[in-house]
Amino acid sequence: MAQISPSPARTPAASPDEPLIKAVGLRKVFPPTKRGGEPFTAVDGIDFELYRGEVFGFLGPNGAGKSSTMRMIGCVSPITDGELTILGMDPRVDASRIKARLGVVPQEDSLDLELRVRENLLIYGRYFGLKRAEIAKRSAELLEFVQLSDRAESTVEPLSGGMKRRLTIARSLINAPEILILDEPTTGLDPQARHVVWDRLFRLKQAGTTLVLTTHYMDEAEQLCDRLVVMDKGRIAAEGSPRDLIERYSTREVLEIRFEPGSGEHEAAVAKASGLLDSGERGSIARVESLPDRVLLYSDDGEATLAAVHGSGITPLAALVRRSSLEDVFLHLTGRTLVD
Amino acid sequence: MSADTPAVPMMAARELQGLLTNYRRTWRSSIFSSILAPLMGLVALGVSLGKIVDAGPGAHTFGTIDGRPVKYLVYLAPALLANTAMQTAIGESTYPVLGSVKWVRTYYAAVASPLSPFDVYLGQVWFVGLRILMNSAVFLGTMALFGAVHAEGPGGIGPLLALPAAVLTGLAFAAPCVAWAVSQERDTGFSLVFRFVMIPLFLFSGTFFPVSQLPAVVQPFAYATPLWHGDDLCRGLALGTATAGSVLLHAAYLSALVAVGVWYGGRTFRRRLTP
Repeated sequence: MAQISPSPARTPAASPDEPLIKAVGLRKVFPPTKRGGEPFTAVDGIDFELYRGEVFGFLGPNGAGKSSTMRMIGCVSPITDGELTILGMDPRVDASRIKARLGVVPQEDSLDLELRVRENLLIYGRYFGLKRAEIAKRSAELLEFVQLSDRAESTVEPLSGGMKRRLTIARSLINAPEILILDEPTTGLDPQARHVVWDRLFRLKQAGTTLVLTTHYMDEAEQLCDRLVVMDKGRIAAEGSPRDLIERYSTREVLEIRFEPGSGEHEAAVAKASGLLDSGERGSIARVESLPDRVLLYSDDGEATLAAVHGSGITPLAALVRRSSLEDVFLHLTGRTLVD
Repeated sequence: MSADTPAVPMMAARELQGLLTNYRRTWRSSIFSSILAPLMGLVALGVSLGKIVDAGPGAHTFGTIDGRPVKYLVYLAPALLANTAMQTAIGESTYPVLGSVKWVRTYYAAVASPLSPFDVYLGQVWFVGLRILMNSAVFLGTMALFGAVHAEGPGGIGPLLALPAAVLTGLAFAAPCVAWAVSQERDTGFSLVFRFVMIPLFLFSGTFFPVSQLPAVVQPFAYATPLWHGDDLCRGLALGTATAGSVLLHAAYLSALVAVGVWYGGRTFRRRLTP
């Protein structure tokens, strides 16, 4: 793996214990788009702190306010209310100084498709006032890091979605940022491309880069985030490490059972399973969740629960015992499945 | 603004550099197409039609210098220069701007860096200004080849002074047009501008004939158009007939449009890029 030059020494924002980003009662309200329309509250008073070296995630469905929060942190969306401090500075006053020390991977690519890969890095580096020689050196390192060295002289247009994403990540690192902001870094990528991006982000994390990311992929959040908040309708529904949240809001295991659609067995099973709630025996069900296509039974011993289910005369078409995931936390907190 | 953040012109220059890096790919074809249209106008109208006009009863309509009537080609060419500046300005201030905000989104990349929306606006206007300068200079050279330059004015530098005049004329269109284009969601407005702003100005702002030839009721409108001021400024300087008062008036009018555009651009770029 390529070595990435360390960030040039900078005056730290504050002492190491001070948060790099601190938000208190942060709100974002967009004015009505039509005359006489209602203003739209995208972020409705959230508090969070981000510390050096951690990977912090915002998890939530579309419209939860994740991107609006990212844009406020990126100093490209003025805050409506509350307090936001980034690297010890106020984005209303010092947007340019803050942005000089951030890296941003936006949700939608903003690469110049007609230009070559290397030229995209050159233009972006020049935005930061970096010298050409410095940009050339860093470009070589970064393209190797995102495995695009052999495409340096190719135009961007024909690159795959995964390659464009990796180029965007390389571009965001051109100024050796202290905080890297990624808004849905793997949305729209195929599974293989996602894993390559995760691998690179994990390496950045190992190298000590502070990352803030939004995602609506539970596995992404579980793999990458040290700490995360679950956002729903502009508010923070829960905060903690992935493990904390699973422990707090879910059980150890989940039994998923499916039935012939339209047979009525699904409804019958929900009713019967509800009778097994908190039975006190092994496989006791803590919670029953009925989804359109399956029934979820939360317990600490999925196999025992399956046995109990069979014992009560329920015969599912298919059954799966799995470990609890953030998806279950989300379901519990918001009362609905995650919609993309 | 804190001490370690470069001043606005330095930041706008970074955006300009980015646009120039992109332009390096296409400059040859763009130069070719941007001289072809005005060249055809010069040949068809200035040279060919000019022969008929100069031989006809209206030959004195275009003013006199040293008692001799001004040839139609010499009358027309500086105004076509101003028109070239206007058309370059509007062309470069519409589709490329919407493309940068909506299709390739490079403006968003720029404002995620230390550049502000206003820096991006200013860099874009400078870039359009450079394009106007290039096309105007090429057109002025073409005029000289066709003998359409009247170099007998004060010091013979009149035609050279027409170059900055053409750039100012173009910027008077570019500054507001870039500001407006960034606020668009679709390109439908652009064809309206081409059809209902650019073409009427081209035809009725004193490029082909003096505004005094128009019906009296519409003359005030023609005199109020920015292109008339640009035409008259370029023509007056090129022919050496300009007075200090007319140069000041035209330059002030065109500069005021640039200033309004810059003020407007600061607002529209901020609203669009950092909502």
